[in-house]
Amino acid sequence: MKKNKDRGLLFAFMAPGLFVMACFFLVPIAMTIFYSFTNLSLTGSEAASLRFTGLENYFKILRDSAVLDSVKKTLQYTVFSVLGQNILGFMIAYLMQGKNQIFRKIVGPVFLAAWVMPEVVGSVCAYSVLTDKGTINMLLQIIGLSKISWMYKYPMFAVIVANIWRGTAYSMMVYQAALDSVPGDVRDAAQIDGATRSQTILHVIVPIIKNTITTNTMLTTLMTMGGFGLIYIMTAGGPGTKTQTLPILMYTKAFKNYELGYGTAISMILLLIAAIFGIIYVKVMGKEMEGGHEK
Amino acid sequence: MKSKKRDKIIAYGILTLLALIFLLPLAWVVLASLDTNANIAVKMPNVTLDNYINVLTSSTNHRAFANGLVISIGASVLTVVLAGLMAYPLSRYEIKHKRLFMLTMLFMTCLPVTTVMVPVYRLFVMLKLYDTHLGIILFMASSTMPYAVWMMKNFMDSVPVSLEEAAWVDGAGKLQGLIHVVVPLMFAGVSSVAIYVFSGCWGNFLTPFLLLRDYNKMPAAVSLYQYFGAHTVSYGQLAAFSLVYALPSIILYVLSQRYMSKGFAMEGGAKG
Repeated sequence: MKKNKDRGLLFAFMAPGLFVMACFFLVPIAMTIFYSFTNLSLTGSEAASLRFTGLENYFKILRDSAVLDSVKKTLQYTVFSVLGQNILGFMIAYLMQGKNQIFRKIVGPVFLAAWVMPEVVGSVCAYSVLTDKGTINMLLQIIGLSKISWMYKYPMFAVIVANIWRGTAYSMMVYQAALDSVPGDVRDAAQIDGATRSQTILHVIVPIIKNTITTNTMLTTLMTMGGFGLIYIMTAGGPGTKTQTLPILMYTKAFKNYELGYGTAISMILLLIAAIFGIIYVKVMGKEMEGGHEK
Repeated sequence: MKSKKRDKIIAYGILTLLALIFLLPLAWVVLASLDTNANIAVKMPNVTLDNYINVLTSSTNHRAFANGLVISIGASVLTVVLAGLMAYPLSRYEIKHKRLFMLTMLFMTCLPVTTVMVPVYRLFVMLKLYDTHLGIILFMASSTMPYAVWMMKNFMDSVPVSLEEAAWVDGAGKLQGLIHVVVPLMFAGVSSVAIYVFSGCWGNFLTPFLLLRDYNKMPAAVSLYQYFGAHTVSYGQLAAFSLVYALPSIILYVLSQRYMSKGFAMEGGAKG
């Protein structure tokens, strides 16, 4: 580590990256905050005169049943997706430990594939399973049951299942790494003391990987609540508004109805919620770094 | 130890069942892509390669893939260069508030880009970057930058300063030292970052969907979606298009796994 003698040089190294990030990431965030207090809209008479409207957009939002409904949809989608991905991801990671190498080499990629594929491909594949004439209904009919219209009757369930399918591999990888760091003798000791498998998981393993669980929950929450592509491609927010989460509503308001101010105020809600989860994530990670090798 | 054996069988059973469920959507895309008259459910194909031939010979698709390549390569190169430069002082110098800076970067990595899309659109219209590949490249680069800086710094930390010092003694400047000594030693790291950004851009649907308008400028992510949404969709070709488009992501993922493990093996550059 050297002292800060060539400050100009350091600045020259940092400046271009900082500039690009500031322009296209920080400025938009500042604009989100600023525009959420204006009457900004894309076309029409209002477009010419940008006016400061104070909290009007927010009042409008709090009164708007579409927004409140959307918040509810976002919560549903996020909570169930995150729970599903984390529980299933942990379960797979846990069960995969110490299994036959060949078995792991065959089964592992099956779980990973959904995650590695681009979002559009994943969404199309998930659609093929859940649509009316899709694979699940075909299988239901083969075993003599009547088919179920997943995408119309249970669209939220359908997109949550699709999202769990696509995202579980990420949590699985995170938990695999965390479980590898749990010393084997700790578990053995617990089992010798007569602990059952579920007791060992709950009272020995979970406390050890507690930080991983927290950070992964935060990360998957952030990835899910901002999710747009999967829902948009599978249901476009419909039927009606049944899967209209906040990102979809924001898109409809801002890009379809050209109410940019309104759309921006919706992004503000997302940004606020995201900031809370982000801060928790950074706090836990920061603590881990202090204990670790980071300077 | 009978119960242990039973537990093991149950574990294998659960994993196999889960894998079969996870396989269903993938089975469709693979089988349908090889089928002369595919439908939307899984079925045994009348094997043909026509779907692939159609997808690979269509000039519209060529353009979509080329657009995707321009955007993804552009963004990866820009991100690697800028993040590499930024990471150098962060790795080699004591900087005030470095910790705060790194934590801010970490915070930025986890903010969903959805939240900034409306203002970005507005900004791009103002700057005449709307509906341009350059705009997409700049936005993709800046939104992946925080994570790229973080990765680059960690990889750079593992390259010992002593090797650079030798170059300085020979009269090389800081930038030359970075380019000729540090970067070659962290080639695995640079590749990982490049692959990370490339895959991110290649798979990104939201950004080009919102920030491009001209059909001819759309990358494969958006044209696949448009193809999927069309009324006269041939499921066989849809599946073949999906797989051809997914292939780079899959290859790069496998490659990155390899680079990652090499990266760890290379850490002791100054030893011996």
